[in-house]
Amino acid sequence: MIVETPKIEFRDIDLHFTAEDGSVIQVLDSVNLNIREGEFVCIVGPSGCGKSTLLNIACGFLKPSSGQVLIDEVPVVRPNRRRVFIFQDNSVFPWLTVSQNIGFGLADVSPIEKEKTVQRYIEMIGLSGFEHAYPRELSGGMKQRVEIARALASGPDILFMDEPLGALDWLTRLKMRADLVDIWRQEKKTILFVTHDVEESVQLADRVVVLSDRPAAIRAVVDVNLPRPRNLDDPEYLRIRDEIFDWMGLDHHGIAAKSV
Amino acid sequence: MQGRKIFLGLVGLSLFLLIWHLVTLGNGRTDVPGPWLTLAGLIELATGGVLWRYIIASVFRVMWGFTLAVLVGVPVGLAIGWSRWFRELVNPLVQGLRPISPIAWLPIAVLVFGGMTWWEPSDLSAIFLIFLASIFPIITAATSAVEGIDVKFLRVATNLEVSGAKVLFQVILPAAMPQILTGLRLALGIAWVVLVAAEMLGVQSGLGFQINDSRNNLRYDLVVAAMVVISVIGMFLDGVMARIENSALSRRGTAKR
Ligand SMILES: Nc1ncnc2c1ncn2[C@@H]1O[C@H](COP(=O)(O)OP(=O)(O)OP(=O)(O)O)[C@@H](O)[C@H]1O
Ligand SMILES: [Mg+2]
Repeated sequence: MIVETPKIEFRDIDLHFTAEDGSVIQVLDSVNLNIREGEFVCIVGPSGCGKSTLLNIACGFLKPSSGQVLIDEVPVVRPNRRRVFIFQDNSVFPWLTVSQNIGFGLADVSPIEKEKTVQRYIEMIGLSGFEHAYPRELSGGMKQRVEIARALASGPDILFMDEPLGALDWLTRLKMRADLVDIWRQEKKTILFVTHDVEESVQLADRVVVLSDRPAAIRAVVDVNLPRPRNLDDPEYLRIRDEIFDWMGLDHHGIAAKSV
Repeated sequence: MQGRKIFLGLVGLSLFLLIWHLVTLGNGRTDVPGPWLTLAGLIELATGGVLWRYIIASVFRVMWGFTLAVLVGVPVGLAIGWSRWFRELVNPLVQGLRPISPIAWLPIAVLVFGGMTWWEPSDLSAIFLIFLASIFPIITAATSAVEGIDVKFLRVATNLEVSGAKVLFQVILPAAMPQILTGLRLALGIAWVVLVAAEMLGVQSGLGFQINDSRNNLRYDLVVAAMVVISVIGMFLDGVMARIENSALSRRGTAKR
């Protein structure tokens, strides 16, 4: 039997901040998690529980108080372009055009190569014709696509996405989810995707990690073995969704249960 | 709206002119002149021939002093905002020099630069004073502009391993640009205000010299006429800067209007 080494490995991640008054705020409580190469994993949890913090540690923007994240068996020390973070609020450069934004991380390639790569991702995100547009001329959904394209263009094998669709309207989110799954399949990336939307997590993920209230510990890891695109009426889909609601202490309409 | 704005502006200006006229009624040229005497003085200056030469001399000095201040002040300000090491090295010096009025430097400037001839005698001392007057607001603006850059943009650069000149020119400078431009506009205003003082000593041309010279000849009508010219050119320069500022901002969709 071949033992598959995980792509990302969280080993006993602990994180606490010391507040100004000296009190210690524990944010993450011994998080252990393995993520396989090419897997799409969603992290759900209540607001303020430490989801962004966990993602920042995985990417190397923040050091854990103790424990270690390993990527391809190498401890994460600082961020690099093999794993790109996508922000909760859009961070496309407003002063660069769409194609300049997408080409931003492409330094060590020839201009022709760069042009080809940029063009490829512009087509992938469906923004042909907007190459020379500035972000202010784009809708929120288009800007988020540019951000995703910029991340992909530098050729990472992992995407860390922190509620990337959080600021979009319902219909745009639905469309973006489908497109994101398409991109993930085409590009074969490993994706760690934070959301507080349970439905979103079940529509996207291979596995859903449920975090507890702060300090965040892993409450459950739920497998989503359903064919894509996900059928939102499938009883199995609904069962998994409700199971995650249960783990989050919500009733089956997503409303907080009385006694937790 | 636009019509009301212009109308009220004209009303305010007319009221001022009326009060000025009444307060200075009966004054001659050796006293505080009224609006009519000032207008006559303006015509005399404009037709006398030297006015255009003086305007050019003054604008020339301000542009040089200001441009040098931009060339030095923006990089220094950016560096102070960017590098803690550089800030600790330079900031005490900057803060120590800042409270000294540029006019206090006048004797030193004339002593050092007075003998040197460039465009015409003593241009350099006036340029030096204007440089001093405008560099500090520029440094301050550039420093706080860098400190105010949204960290998410810097994190994108870190994440994609983009560094060096590319970060400077594609992230830091454009992100800091709106605030730097506001600082430049402020600095140009200060430079123009300081000009008259800078041309008080050791120069033989310019609007500041005109004021000083007319005073010595007891021609107060020409003093006030020169003040009017200074006002008009000052507003023009500010208008140009405002235009540059706005066009730079609108290109990134963050214009005020
Ligand atoms: N620098 C810091 N110092 C102190 N406390 C911090 C710091 N950064 C984050 N925290 C705390 O850590 C907790 C987790 O923050 P985090 O941003 O990871 O939450 P989140 O799960 O992403 O929330 P949301 O769903 O609202 O985005 C919060 O309670 C926050 O107050
Ligand atoms: Mg968050």
